[in-house]
Amino acid sequence: TCSTLLGLCAPPDTSDSELELSMVRHQPEGLEQLQAQTKFTKMELQSLYRGFKNECPSGLVDEDTFKLIYAQFFPQGDATTYAHFLFNAFDADGNGAICFEDFVVGLSILLRGTVQEKLKWAFNLYDINKDGYITKEEMLAIMKSIYDMMGRHTYPLLREDAPLEHVERFFQKMDRNQDGVVTIDEFLETCQKDENIMSSMQLFENVI
Amino acid sequence: MAAGVATWLPFARAAAVGWLPLAQQPLPPAPGVKASRGDEVLVVNVSGRRFETWKNTLDRYPDTLLGSSEKEFFYDADSGEYFFDRDPDMFRHVLNFYRTGRLHCPRQECIQAFDEELAFYGLVPELVGDCCLEEYRDRKKENAERLAEDEEAEQAAEGPALRAGSSLRQRLWRAFENPHTSTAALVFYYVTGFFIAVSVIANVVETIPCRGPTLLSPPREHSCGERFPTAFFCMDTACVLIFTGEYLLRLFAAPSRCRFLRSVMSLIDVVAILPYYIGLFVPKNEDVSGAFVTLRVFRVFRIFKFSRHSQGLRILGYTLKSCASELGFLLFSLTMAIIIFATVMFYAEKGTKKTNFTSIPAAFWYTIVTMTTLGYGDMVPSTIAGKIFGSICSLSGVLVIALPVPVIVSNFSRIYHQNQRADKRRAQQKVRLARIRLAKSGTTNAFLQYKQNRGLEDSGSGEEQALCVRNRSAFEKQHHHLLHCLEKTTCHEFTDELTFNEALGAVSLGGRTSRSTSVSSQPVGPGSLLSSCCPRRAKRRAIRLANSTASVSRGSMQELDTLAGLRRSPVPQSRSSLNAKLHDNLDLNCDSRDFVAAIISIPTPPANTPDESQPSSPGGGGGGGASSTLRNSSLGTPCLLPETVKISSL
Repeated sequence: TCSTLLGLCAPPDTSDSELELSMVRHQPEGLEQLQAQTKFTKMELQSLYRGFKNECPSGLVDEDTFKLIYAQFFPQGDATTYAHFLFNAFDADGNGAICFEDFVVGLSILLRGTVQEKLKWAFNLYDINKDGYITKEEMLAIMKSIYDMMGRHTYPLLREDAPLEHVERFFQKMDRNQDGVVTIDEFLETCQKDENIMSSMQLFENVI
Repeated sequence: MAAGVATWLPFARAAAVGWLPLAQQPLPPAPGVKASRGDEVLVVNVSGRRFETWKNTLDRYPDTLLGSSEKEFFYDADSGEYFFDRDPDMFRHVLNFYRTGRLHCPRQECIQAFDEELAFYGLVPELVGDCCLEEYRDRKKENAERLAEDEEAEQAAEGPALRAGSSLRQRLWRAFENPHTSTAALVFYYVTGFFIAVSVIANVVETIPCRGPTLLSPPREHSCGERFPTAFFCMDTACVLIFTGEYLLRLFAAPSRCRFLRSVMSLIDVVAILPYYIGLFVPKNEDVSGAFVTLRVFRVFRIFKFSRHSQGLRILGYTLKSCASELGFLLFSLTMAIIIFATVMFYAEKGTKKTNFTSIPAAFWYTIVTMTTLGYGDMVPSTIAGKIFGSICSLSGVLVIALPVPVIVSNFSRIYHQNQRADKRRAQQKVRLARIRLAKSGTTNAFLQYKQNRGLEDSGSGEEQALCVRNRSAFEKQHHHLLHCLEKTTCHEFTDELTFNEALGAVSLGGRTSRSTSVSSQPVGPGSLLSSCCPRRAKRRAIRLANSTASVSRGSMQELDTLAGLRRSPVPQSRSSLNAKLHDNLDLNCDSRDFVAAIISIPTPPANTPDESQPSSPGGGGGGGASSTLRNSSLGTPCLLPETVKISSL
C-alpha cells in the first residue's frame, strides 16, 4: 500500500522508473561462456533461454514479477516472503534483478550440481545476510515463510509456534557446538550424515 | 508481461531443493516423466498455411487442444505435420496466445466465428486480454441481443402455435398482446382503435360552436355539445362501455394481475374511463359540476391509449424517461436564469405607473416569453433600464437555450456511457475475481483429489479408483509433487475450507473430554492408522471433488496464468491479510496442550456425533476409533504420532 500511495502522489516518478526498468535490456553472455559456467548442454541452454526470453523480453526479472510468478504455484498460501528469500538467493550480484546468467547458474547448481554444491546453495538461501552463519532469527524467518505457503487450511491446524518448534529441532540437529549459529561446515557435515536428506537430493534431477 | 506457468514450473521445482535440509520426513519420489526429447519445431498446417512453432510453446497450456495429446488426432504421418481444416486467419490469433500469453480479438472478424474457433481449440473466452476484452464483450452482447430480438420477432410473427392445453386466459392474453395472431384479435384491435379515435374526435367537436336554428333569436353561440347533448352522451357512453369491457377483459387475461394493475397502460385506461363514472354519480349540482367539468379534461388521456397501437409513441416515451436527468438539469439552469432576469426586470420597472410588472412572478411570464424569443408583446418594459435589461434578456435567452442544449446533450451522453463503462468494468472485475478464486480452488481441489486417490490406492479399493482417478497431465503431476514436498517439509497437509472449518469447530467443542481417548490411542502402531479410513466416505468425498474439478479442469491452468496479468493486483495483499487472520484465529479457547489431543478425537464429519465416537474409541478398535477421525490419507499420520504420544503422556 505504501508504494501505491506514493504512486498516487507522484505518478510521473513511478512511471519513469517503470519505463527505466523496461528500457534497460540485458543481453546474456555468449552461449559458449554459459556452457563453461554451467553444466547444461547447448540445447538445454537454448531451450531455457527461449523460455526465459519469452517471459521476460527485457532479459531481467525484478522482484515483484518473481513473487507473482512463484505465488502462482501455491494458491492456498502466501508465497511472497519465501519468494523474496529465493530471489535473493538467485540474485548473485545483488543488483535487484535476476538476469539470465543468474538464473541459469542457479539452476545448474540445483539440477546438475554435486550434493555439496546443492547443500551450499541451500545454506546460502538460509543465510539471509550472507555472513556465513545461520542464526536462529534467520532460520525462523525462513521457516515462517515456508509455513506461510501452506496457507490457512491445513491439517492439522497450524499452530503459531510450529515454525519455532521446527527451528528448534533443526538447530538441535545441526548446531554441533551449540553456539547458537550454524556454520557451513556444521551444516554440510550434518546433512551428509542424514539419510533422508541424502536420499532426496536426487529428487529433482530430471526436472529439465 | 504474461507468465507462462508451465515455463516456470521446472524452476519452482528446482528451488524446492531449498526445503530438503528442513524436511523431517523423506520426500515423495518424483513422478515418472517420460524421457523428454530436446525441443523441436512442430509444423501446424491450417488449411494450407503452415505455422511453425516450438513444441514447448504449445506445451505451455496443457488444457488446450494444441497443448495436450488431443492434437495427435490431427497428426498426419505422411507429411509429418498437424493438419487442421479451420480458418487460417483466426489461427494466427490462437497461436499468438501461446506465444505471448494474451489472446487478442480480431476487429474485423465476426465475433461468433471467433468464438467457434476458440471453442474448437479449447480456449476459454475469458482469456481474451484486457486490451480487447471490453470490445469483445460488447460485440458479443450486441450480437446476443440482436439474435434474441430476431427470435422474438420471429416468434411473434409466425404466431405461437396454440398449445393444446392453453387455457382461455392464455389465449386471450396472447390475442391482446399480439393482435396478428388471429382475425378476431385483429378485429378487436381495430375496433378499439376506431373507438378511441371516435371518442377523441367527439371530445374535440363537442366544444366547436354550432350555430343554433335560426328560429331562436338572437342566435346564440352554443357549442355543439350543448346543442346535441344526448347524441354526444350516447357516443360517450358507447365508447366508455367498450373501454370498460376491454379493460376488464385485459384484467381477466393478465398472467400477473398485480403487475398489470401497476402498469402504465392500465393506469391510462382507468384514468380514461373514470371521469364518466364519476360524472354519472355526481349530481348535477352547480358547485360540483365545475369540478366535474375539469374531470372531463382527463378524457383527453384516451389519446394515450393509441400508444398500444403505435410502437413509435412507446419509444418516445422511453427516450424521455431515460433522459430525465439531463432534462432536469436543463430545466434547472433555465429556472435560474428566469428568476434572475425576472427580478431584475421587476426592480427596473418598479417605478413606472400602470406597469404590467406587478410582481416578480408576474415578470416570470415576460422573461420566459422573451428568452424563448416568442415576444408576445403583452408585457413590455417602458423604462430605459427595463429596455436595456430586456434586450440583455432576449440575447441571453438565445445563448442560454440554444447553445448549451447540444453541448449538454453530448456531454451527458458521454458521461452516461462512461458510467455504464465503469459499471461494466466493476461487474467484469467482480466476475474476474470470482473466476480467479474459482481457479485457485480448482487447483487445490485437483491437488486434494490427487491425495484422495493416493489414499484410495493405498487402501486398495480398485473400483473407486476407476471412478475417481482423473487423468492428469505431466504438468499437474509435477505440480502436485511439488505441493506434496511442501507438505512433507512442514509436516502439515493441505485441506479444503470445509474440513478446515469442521476441524476448527470440533476443536472448540472437543476440549478436555478427549483426554481419556487420546491416552488410549497411545499404543497404536503406525500400520493400523493407515487403513481404517472409511472407503465409503472417501468415495463420496472423491466424487464431490471430481465433480467440482471437472467443471474447472479446462480453465484452471489458463486462469492461473491470468493471475500474472494483474500486475498491481490486490490479490497478494488479500492473501497476506488472510494470514494475519490466521494468527488471530489461533487464540482459541483451549490451550495448546489439549490442542493436538483434541484433534485426535475429532469425530469424522458430519455423520458422527461426539457421543458416537466415545464408545467406539476405547473399544477393541482403539486405533480404529481414533484413526477414523484422521483424514483418509496415509500421509500425515507418521508425523502426527510422535507428537501425540508426547503430549498425551502429560
